[in-house]
Formats: sequence, structure tokens, C-alpha cells
Amino acid sequence: MSEELLRRTFEVRGRDFESAGETSTDVTSVLKDIGVDPDIILRVGVVTFEAEMNVVMYADRATLSFVLSDDEITIEVTDQGPGIPDLELAMQPGYSTATDEMRERGFGYGLGLPNIKKNSDAFALESEVGKGTRVYSSIRLNVDG
Amino acid sequence: MRVAAIRDLLQAEVLAGESLLDLEVDMAVASDAMSAVLASPHPGALLITGLTNIQSVRTALIAYMSAIVYVRDARPNAATIQLASDRQLVLLATPLGMFDSCGILRNHGVKGAV
Repeated sequence: MSEELLRRTFEVRGRDFESAGETSTDVTSVLKDIGVDPDIILRVGVVTFEAEMNVVMYADRATLSFVLSDDEITIEVTDQGPGIPDLELAMQPGYSTATDEMRERGFGYGLGLPNIKKNSDAFALESEVGKGTRVYSSIRLNVDG
Repeated sequence: MRVAAIRDLLQAEVLAGESLLDLEVDMAVASDAMSAVLASPHPGALLITGLTNIQSVRTALIAYMSAIVYVRDARPNAATIQLASDRQLVLLATPLGMFDSCGILRNHGVKGAV
């Protein structure tokens, strides 16, 4: 049974491109301070940053929960937004509903959710059209475990 | 190759990280799509981009990159430069375009990160 060592909750605002990425910066700074393996921090950084960008681009707001246990890090993002009608399509690399404005900001190329999954040891995506989306990612700390 | 040599080859101006020009960089990624950079992160690599918003710096920081070269004389805003300075990331601005910047660095031994 894993023991929870640290829990942080962040609010992410939709359409706030200037602040987008602050949460991932905060989360990775905490992990650097406590000496977590840089490879793990990189994966956590990609997961949180991509998840934040998805909220900023598509949703009204979201809560990002970050939990560090003795054997894993979990990141859960629950947003209030339009939801995703076709989850399989959304997971296809290159598929995107982003606008030109979003792409001009360097995101919206259909790589966000695949990047999150690729960096997760466990991954879940749930969505309800008109209500919102939940993304769950778990990254094991002990790669041999 | 030292970052100082990259600055000279690309006739670039240093916007942040003046004290870090001795860093060695032997690999580069050129893209305006930050998710593409994050899809295959290369710690220590150089990011060559025309994207100047704050996410360019956040992407480079998350991927542990050493420096960013902004092409076509594109300049990030003050907050973006400040974040890079605070986090010890070198920012360069070159008047050259992305194609020429990549070509010059490739000819001088910098490899593309795949």
C-alpha cells in the first residue's frame, strides 16, 4: 500500500494563455527540490504541461491534483468544458480541433493527449460532452518495480 | 559547440543567460510546435523556433534544454525573458531564418535531435 507524501491542488483557468504552464513549473520545482530523478520530473512536466494547455485551449476551468507517494506520482485533471465526443479519435496523434490561434501559440497539433499517455505508466481519459473531461496519469517512481 | 560559438555563427544577440555561454550544445531541435518538442525531449539540446511566447521557455525548461534561438529577429516579451533569466536558460535572437540557422549549425557539427 503506497504512502502519500505530498498533495497539491491547483486551479487552471481556461483561455489564460499567459499563465499556462505555471502549474507544471511549480510541480516540477517541488520535485527538483526534493531530489526526484530528473527523468521522472521530465515525464511529470510533460504530463502536467500538456494537460494545462488542453484546459487553457478548450475548457473554462479545471482542477489539477498532484499526489506524490512513496512509489508513484499521480496527476489528475478534471475540467469544466465542452467534453470530447470521440475519445478514440482524440487519442490519435495528429488529430486536433484546435484553431489557428491555438497553433500560433505552439500547441494544438494533436499531440497533447498522446504525449500524456506516452509519459504515463497508467492513463485514463473520461469525458462527457457538455460537461467536461477527466485525465488521470500515474508515473511509477521505481522503474524496476 | 559552445553557446558562444552559436551566438557568433548566427550573428545573434543574447537576451538572457549571458553568464552561461560556455555551455556545450551538440544537438538541436527546430520547431514552432511545442508539443512536438515535448513528444521527443532531448535534455541539453538547443531549441530553434520562431515562437516567442512564454510557453517556448516553459517547454525548454520542462525538457531540460540548454538554450533557445529565436529566428527572424523575433523577440519574446519582458516576462518571458525574465523567466528564462531566473531559471538559467540562454535566449538568443538571430536575424536569420529557421532554414539558414539550422543549415549553418548543421554544417558546424550540431546534430538534429530525433
